[in-house]
Amino acid sequence: MTGEGLTESCPGRCPRLCRSSVALLVIFLSSCSGSQSALDPAGPEASRVAHLFFVMLFGGAVIWVAVVAALIYASRKKNAHSEESAGRVILWCGAILPSAILCALLSYGMWLMPAIRPWVPDDQPVRRIEVTGEQFWWRVRYLDETGKTLFETANEVRIPVGEPTHFALKAADVIHSFWVPSLGGKMDMIPGRTNPLALQADREGIYNGVCAEFCGESHALMAFRVRAVAAADYEAWLSERSAETRTNGLADAEGLAVFLKNGCGACHAISGTAANGRIGPDLTAFGERNTLAAGTLPHTAEDIARFIADPAKIKPGVRMPHFGMLQEADIQRMAAFLKELK
Amino acid sequence: MKSFIPREVESLWTLFTAPIVWAVHFVVCYGAVAVYCAKTAMLGFEFSTMRIILGGFTVVALGMIVLAAYLAWRQWGFGSGDPPHDEATRQDRALFQGFATLLLSGLSFVAVVYVAIPLIFIAECQR
Ligand code: HEC
Ligand SMILES: [Cu+2]
Repeated sequence: MTGEGLTESCPGRCPRLCRSSVALLVIFLSSCSGSQSALDPAGPEASRVAHLFFVMLFGGAVIWVAVVAALIYASRKKNAHSEESAGRVILWCGAILPSAILCALLSYGMWLMPAIRPWVPDDQPVRRIEVTGEQFWWRVRYLDETGKTLFETANEVRIPVGEPTHFALKAADVIHSFWVPSLGGKMDMIPGRTNPLALQADREGIYNGVCAEFCGESHALMAFRVRAVAAADYEAWLSERSAETRTNGLADAEGLAVFLKNGCGACHAISGTAANGRIGPDLTAFGERNTLAAGTLPHTAEDIARFIADPAKIKPGVRMPHFGMLQEADIQRMAAFLKELK
Repeated sequence: MKSFIPREVESLWTLFTAPIVWAVHFVVCYGAVAVYCAKTAMLGFEFSTMRIILGGFTVVALGMIVLAAYLAWRQWGFGSGDPPHDEATRQDRALFQGFATLLLSGLSFVAVVYVAIPLIFIAECQR
């Protein structure tokens, strides 16, 4: 700072302060909308959560103003009240009022619960999707009414707009947590348990989901997308994907051969081919996804190649070995092949 | 007629009565609901019955806490003297203990109510 700056008077500095605080406010407010915000709800569950948040915010603000007002009052007025009335203030404002407010908040939260966490018995036929958290990606299985797996995919969940989809949430290794802020509250995924969650989107769109429970080195790189589409489109997609034989994208026989030759099929499955591994994400419709490696990279052939060559450089602790020893041309080949899988 | 309430209780143990009731109520409520939900078929009664049983238990627990609070209030001389009771005398010790027990009873009462509130709202067992 220069000497001139130091001698600057307050009036000169205030506008700058105001400008920067307005800029900050704009940044904060702009982060309140979009595809990953609990404050911009896209469905009924999320609306209730947002409503709860605003009730808490308003209540907290009222109490804060009251406390600050009392503080100012107390600092201005000395010895004006008896010790007895001070004791009464402590009894009422320090014990009775907080207990009553907590009681009301607890009841309100409990009352919201059944609507936020709608529950259907296992034998009731509803649309069910099973999602398993794995270090550091999401295994997604679409189930039929009887609970049988129709097909498997990963890192992207497609749901129909306007009706609740029931999720059966599991974990393969450690505790993860499934959270789509725009659609509802989070739910833990616990090894050995199946936790239910129902989410509904009222607007078509793509929503971001994240892992909300620290699960290892690449926890922060464990995201997914929820794609909410019109119910009819969803049905069409579901039956298309459920069909056993698939040939789309497999026109690239040479790419497939390279993929199989390098042993990728031991961990990854591509329906309709010899690749049937179940250790890593299913790649059958990999080209449909918007992102790569659980929301970590954009879905471009270049980034796919980069990921195959050295996954751990992009996601520390990743459960996929690096293939940097392969010829660059082979890696490019596989990336191009995978990008086109639809 | 001899009074049901002892004329004088001045043991350190009375200090813990209310918190112990709170702890037992907590464990019984959570344990009972967990067992009920795991063994519904075997027990063969509705969740609303469970609700009523635990509601009754809550009333009993609150009654015991109120009794503990009354005894503490009495020990504190029904609020005749103001704290702090910090003289090194037998009387001040008793008053201090009575007052502390009274406060703990208040805390336990509120806690038991909070533990019981979910009983009103729980829809049923989730499996
Ligand atoms: C030892 C098992 C294993 C082998 C072998 C393997 N992978 Fe993977 N792969 C994984 C795992 C696990 C992930 C998930 C990584 C993550 O996101 O945390 C993954 C992720 C991927 C992804 C990203 C998937 C998505 O949904 O975004 C691609 C693409 C991929 N692997 C390609 C390949 C290719 C090409 C090969 C062969 C050269 C290969 N993998 C070999 C285990 C393996
Ligand atoms: Cu995780």
